[in-house]
Amino acid sequence: MRFVDEFRDADTAHALSAKITALCEPGRQYKLMEVCGGHTHTIYKHGLEDYLPEQITLVHGPGCPVCVIPMGRVDDAMALASEPDVIMTSFGDMMRVPGSNGSFFDAKAHGTDIRMVYSPLDSLKIARKNPDKRVVFMAIGFETTAPSTAMTVLRAAAEGLTNFSIFCNHVTIVPAIKAILDSPDLRLDGFLGPGHVSTVIGCRPYEFIARDYGKPVVVAGFEPLDILQSIYMLMVQLSEGRAEIENQYARVVPWNGNTVALKAIGQTMELRPYFEWRGLGFISHSALKVRDDYAAFDAERLFSVPGVRVADPKACQCGEVLKGVLKPWECKVFGTACTPETPIGTCMVSPEGACAAYYNYGRLTRHRVKEASGT
Amino acid sequence: MCLGIPGEVIEFLPDQPDLARVDVSGVRRVINIGLLSDDPPKPGEWVLIHVGFALSKIDEDEAASAMQFLKGIGQAYDDELAALAESRIE
Repeated sequence: MRFVDEFRDADTAHALSAKITALCEPGRQYKLMEVCGGHTHTIYKHGLEDYLPEQITLVHGPGCPVCVIPMGRVDDAMALASEPDVIMTSFGDMMRVPGSNGSFFDAKAHGTDIRMVYSPLDSLKIARKNPDKRVVFMAIGFETTAPSTAMTVLRAAAEGLTNFSIFCNHVTIVPAIKAILDSPDLRLDGFLGPGHVSTVIGCRPYEFIARDYGKPVVVAGFEPLDILQSIYMLMVQLSEGRAEIENQYARVVPWNGNTVALKAIGQTMELRPYFEWRGLGFISHSALKVRDDYAAFDAERLFSVPGVRVADPKACQCGEVLKGVLKPWECKVFGTACTPETPIGTCMVSPEGACAAYYNYGRLTRHRVKEASGT
Repeated sequence: MCLGIPGEVIEFLPDQPDLARVDVSGVRRVINIGLLSDDPPKPGEWVLIHVGFALSKIDEDEAASAMQFLKGIGQAYDDELAALAESRIE
């Protein structure tokens, strides 16, 4: 059991594990969803499921920004990138996401000018240096990255840049959580709230989960002990019959979020009436578009975007994985036709995707141990 | 992309109040600190950086444990740091 030695405070982890086990009611099964892909990564990397009693199942949520982008939006981006004089810029995570006709990397190999950037501000620099080109930034991510895009648009406007725009695919986490709560597929007992998203939006937006659905939420940090501590806090609430919003990651997440960031988002973007999420389908008011005031920086208005809806490949079950209905290894193509080198679905592309995290750390979880030992 | 990378603020850029030079694991790069304008960091303080923007101030202990965590992540962290090293924000 090598994971036991892998993090500094294995003793603390075992102590938390014992306290969590002690809080389980006999005969009751608990399903806790970690919303954030970063948490999923930590859970697999450190084999945290092995610290939990059989009664607790961790369900992986939709909080992987690359994973939830539907294929149609990738195809739209590809169409934008193929327009004359366009330079498309994108975060590295997005480069391998498959569209109907391959990924950004494939298109780049065939001569399309797609460039990987670390920050949207790097795209701005490319625009300044290439005044005869039109630079389109593929804006993706939850509220963690939306403020950066917003600040970049504000900067472009202040500089009077006329050859920079964004293809806005920013999504908001709360409507996705609500969609999962409303789904009949899954009965959850509580949530580990996303850490970095909450740095921006704070803890208040989750209050409806406790108030209207009676489920507890604990906003969690990213280290293994943060996650175990947060699970313990959820279990204390459940054992006491409470449903509240608690902040385990208060050393980074302010209760009210980052008001400057929220203001920048509000100034440049507004909610779309609806947006398609991979696996979750169309969700009302779940994504952002560029406001009219900043239309000059909106690629969807500057170019003709096909806007075609493309069904995911039949073999791919990312949708079920994103909803937490399937575990990664229960997908038919997991680890065979679909691997990080040749991903069919988005969950295998991003390091935050549940499938990639599980594949990369291919650990003997307790399920596998049971299977292997024939018990 | 969603990883928050801790960096130590070294100095502010003259004429560009929103930009600061930070040190991330020995790599010095310019980032935007405009999102912290309510409570700007001072040189020597630590921030958590997302895609070129400081999103929150953190203390040195949190920075150290965040960095240790990131290094444990392996490839995803290496990729993020390599991307940061390529970044040339002006």
